[in-house]
Amino acid sequence: MEFLQHNLELIYFVIFCVFIGIEVIANVPAILHTPLMSGANAISGVIMVGAVIMLMQIPPTNYVLLGLGGVAVFLGALNISGGFFVTGRMLKMFNSKK
Amino acid sequence: MNIIVEVGYLIATVSFLGGLKFMSSPKRAKIGNIFAASGMVLAVICTFLMVLSNAVPTTNLIIALVAILLGTLLGKRMATKVEMTAMPQLVSLFNATGGGCAMLLGIIEANQSRLTEVPVGIKILLLLGLVTGAVAATGSIVAYGKLAGKTKDKRTKGVVYGSRVLLGLILLLPLIYFIGFVPVPFEIFTYIMAAFALCYGILFVLPIGGADMPVVISLLNSITGIATAFAGFVYGNKAMIAGGIFVGAAGILLTLLMCKAMNRSLIKVLAGKFKKSSAAADEEEQHIKSIASAEIAMQLSFASKIAIVPGYGLAVAQGQHLCGQLQKLLANRGVHIDFIIHPVAGRMPGHMNVLLAEANIDYEHLKEMNEVNDQMSHYDLVLIIGANDVVNPAAETKPDSPVYGMPIIKAHESKQVVVMKRSMSTGYAGVSNDLFGMDNCSLLFGDAKDSLQEIINQLKLI
Repeated sequence: MEFLQHNLELIYFVIFCVFIGIEVIANVPAILHTPLMSGANAISGVIMVGAVIMLMQIPPTNYVLLGLGGVAVFLGALNISGGFFVTGRMLKMFNSKK
Repeated sequence: MNIIVEVGYLIATVSFLGGLKFMSSPKRAKIGNIFAASGMVLAVICTFLMVLSNAVPTTNLIIALVAILLGTLLGKRMATKVEMTAMPQLVSLFNATGGGCAMLLGIIEANQSRLTEVPVGIKILLLLGLVTGAVAATGSIVAYGKLAGKTKDKRTKGVVYGSRVLLGLILLLPLIYFIGFVPVPFEIFTYIMAAFALCYGILFVLPIGGADMPVVISLLNSITGIATAFAGFVYGNKAMIAGGIFVGAAGILLTLLMCKAMNRSLIKVLAGKFKKSSAAADEEEQHIKSIASAEIAMQLSFASKIAIVPGYGLAVAQGQHLCGQLQKLLANRGVHIDFIIHPVAGRMPGHMNVLLAEANIDYEHLKEMNEVNDQMSHYDLVLIIGANDVVNPAAETKPDSPVYGMPIIKAHESKQVVVMKRSMSTGYAGVSNDLFGMDNCSLLFGDAKDSLQEIINQLKLI
């Protein structure tokens, strides 16, 4: 209960995000579903932000955790860069002469 | 300082939303992608501003920067090298990296939790993020294996029951733990949960078959998004929460859309089940007419409006570029040609559109099923290339057929249908196609690419 009370604002935020997200994405036509998915995939790479924050809190002598944290940041960066580059590449192919 | 970071995250969140919004038209989608990518860069810069405002150990900082550099370079390399037919695999693989990141984050945070008192709420969120991330990671890797043809479908009893037992454990164990019946430290408990979740990810995707892949990829994508949102909660980071939720919403929406397009419930897809055909016994004899490529070429040149229904078989045969050639050739003769694309054509949502766009086909000619289904009778000729179940009229007429109720492209209502097929084998649903026996339908057997090439050659002679 206490946890809810402290985070009520965040919970409102989440609920609004869910509805806005669905509204925005429902308008995407089927022709763009693959780029939508890979673009969304890239956006989920924002998890790297969390990984960076976490990595900074690891004591610099704990090499195992540092290694794991480094891998986490690496995976996140791979997700972001790969996702956006491949989406861009796909979208470049969609063109119309009109 | 802090307010700059907060505003930065706000702008990043808005740019994610704007980027997704711009995806609603092919013209603006490119800008949308750049928009979202810039938002991401901003979010990362803000994060560094924030962590650097306190003293951080140099080692950690170097590791972070090197990891980002390596990840970015490798990601760019993979994105530039990939073939468009291999797009579903690549998206799965990137999805696995996101899930893996979320899982590692949970594990490390749990390990660090020994040092400080962590509230129960945060512990629950950590666990949720870790479990969803782990399922998405291994699930996506198995999906990658399947799409790349490296992993076979496995539907043994062991896999099915194993996955159910694991799911039960993943749901129940945390309940028991937080009530206080499991006397192990939190970090040990998270390791156990991570192991279970990793195994569950594998077992959960293993039994799901090829044509159901669009559903699975969308679902896994959504799970990664949800994992990101959980992690965002742990750090109280709004950009992460919003980004995660948008992705989760997109994934769920696409999942349901794909299920609807196949007329199957999500539960059935996940169970890897198919309705058994009760009509299999009274198989009717079909009168099949075959046709020569020269004749098709002749008919194509006399027609005024043509449609092509491409299916996954076209992608397998790498015939999309020939479709592009055919379209140009016919367009020069004043023949109007449309491509009608079923929502589940290909191995991920919208895959076929990307393949045809790669072959330089104007997106004005790419039609959705619902757009043209009422006007099918206007088409002089419909060429069906490598598609089967999505044009089976049994979906509308035979209530006992496994495909009954699935939305189909009504190719049979056009004046003339030509089906290009490798052999008489059935489609993914394992049912015979009533279309083939119809009066206005004829078949051209052979590899889609070879047949298309031949038609093009003939057409050039006319």
